[in-house]
Amino acid sequence: MSLRVMVGVKRVVDYAVKVRVKPDKTGVITDGVKHSMNPFDEIAVEEAVRLKEKNVANEIIAVSCGPAASQETLRTALAMGMDKAIHVEIPQPQYDTMQPIHVAKCLAKLATDYKVDIIILGKQAIDDDCNQTAQMTAGLLDWPQGVYASKIEKDGDLLVVTREVDGGLETVKLKLPAVLSADLRLNEPRYATLPNIMKAKKKPLDKKTPADLGVDLAPRHQVVSIEDPPTRQAGAKVADVDELISRLKALGRI
Amino acid sequence: MLAIRKSFSTVSKNFSQTQVLRRLKGTLVVAEHDNNKLSNITLNAVTAASKLGSDITCLVIGSNCTKAVEQLSKVKGVTKILVADNGGFEGYLPERLTPIIVASQKQFNFTHIIAGASAFGKSILPRVAAKLDVSAISDVIGIKDPETFVRTIYAGNAIMTLKSTEAIKILTVRGTSFEAAATEGGSAAHEKFGDVPSLTDQSTFVKQELSKSDRPELSSAKKVISGGRGMKNADNFKILYALADKIGAAVGASRAAVDAGYCPNDLQVGQTGKIVAPELYIAIGISGAIQHLAGMKDSKTIVAINKDPDAPIFQVADLGLVADLFKVVPEMTQKL
Repeated sequence: MSLRVMVGVKRVVDYAVKVRVKPDKTGVITDGVKHSMNPFDEIAVEEAVRLKEKNVANEIIAVSCGPAASQETLRTALAMGMDKAIHVEIPQPQYDTMQPIHVAKCLAKLATDYKVDIIILGKQAIDDDCNQTAQMTAGLLDWPQGVYASKIEKDGDLLVVTREVDGGLETVKLKLPAVLSADLRLNEPRYATLPNIMKAKKKPLDKKTPADLGVDLAPRHQVVSIEDPPTRQAGAKVADVDELISRLKALGRI
Repeated sequence: MLAIRKSFSTVSKNFSQTQVLRRLKGTLVVAEHDNNKLSNITLNAVTAASKLGSDITCLVIGSNCTKAVEQLSKVKGVTKILVADNGGFEGYLPERLTPIIVASQKQFNFTHIIAGASAFGKSILPRVAAKLDVSAISDVIGIKDPETFVRTIYAGNAIMTLKSTEAIKILTVRGTSFEAAATEGGSAAHEKFGDVPSLTDQSTFVKQELSKSDRPELSSAKKVISGGRGMKNADNFKILYALADKIGAAVGASRAAVDAGYCPNDLQVGQTGKIVAPELYIAIGISGAIQHLAGMKDSKTIVAINKDPDAPIFQVADLGLVADLFKVVPEMTQKL
């Protein structure tokens, strides 16, 4: 059985950047700041590439919903081994109010149009920390879901997914087609090599608009403010264990 | 499709005629439990629900869950309990629970649907939201009014206040941001919800491998001892368990320690692991990456033990000890 796999990727502020809130409290400073592929999405891309290498998948497609710069992220996915890319171009003002429900609608329509068998997304985007898109896409399509996957195996016509949950691990079997979300330990993503980066420039990158997909991006939330969290000051150093214990006892912590 | 809809179509017509004047708004809390006991986060979710000013209905979906229902009926603040009890709900598969939650929404027209922001709540509620065409709100840390919610973004480096314009607000709430509701003083009646459900076989629950421990549960523990890459191997975690047992703490870990196989995944504290806010958090051999801080910077007192004086963790620690953890942690255990 050879499957078509679609992977969603998002361009986000790089995980190592210490973000700063804008003084006018309308958002976070993103101009001039380093951006990268969302780390969980790198893991999703890697899993799709491995499925192709194992001949489980025969076509693997990367998708991103965002402004023009999202194409950088798609090129990275192509360089990692994806066969083709689809850019759903969202103008910046609409992108600023876009929510997982909107993205899920775009992905669900693409999955139907392209007859996709498996959708793999990252568990959460490290900018909005929503952790919703995979679950929502599965709900819209009425497909089974395997979110927070740390292992994915094929067993005949089923996917056996090991999930990381609060108490440890859980194993479920899913019929195809299915939606999965990648958790940290699913795999270690490869670096795109220079030859592959060059090859990626020739791979197809299709463009779509939300209108092409019949998706209404009208906002459902209004942001009231974006503020700094309470700051924590550095405290004191203690000289030894005795001092640590007496300070903790004085605080009533032990 | 759903057997439930057929059996309730006549019942709900009579029901809604008598109830319509009272039922202007209402909150549904989807309870998390293991059939015998409620998860702690359910109690936090009930408190969050109480800030919305409407009657609170709890939905318990389980397989032989009478004990969990009994416990819930004594929780202060719960008005009514709906119970869907069937062997087919073993493993709490989202594909099986979602239709039940959606059916309860269609019948009772809740204005708010809430669950704890745990692996359970976060797996299921967005799926429910998509079925209802609602934009959900994850990991709420504050409720300003029934339409205005506070949550963190960028690993807790920014706080967002947002107003939802949806007719139904669907939220998962962070357990550490809301007090646990009292477990005595409530007297909610429970009723069976739905007929025998038609259970989809799109997904099958195979098994769970849960860590067994007598230690306090990590998400709600008052004291947490966490180990990082500095622990060097799995065996050394014994040092942390010994200290934890001495002071009655839970044990956590940084992502690096889990990735390296020093301890199981359910110990991970951080942006994409558990978010904890204990009275005492002792970070041992943990450098203090942004993503780890996201999971513990709301702790009341933070202690850091690390041999690197420049480790970023010292910038948030109230008390810092620059020392070799293999010397000082056993010393601490012995002296306490």
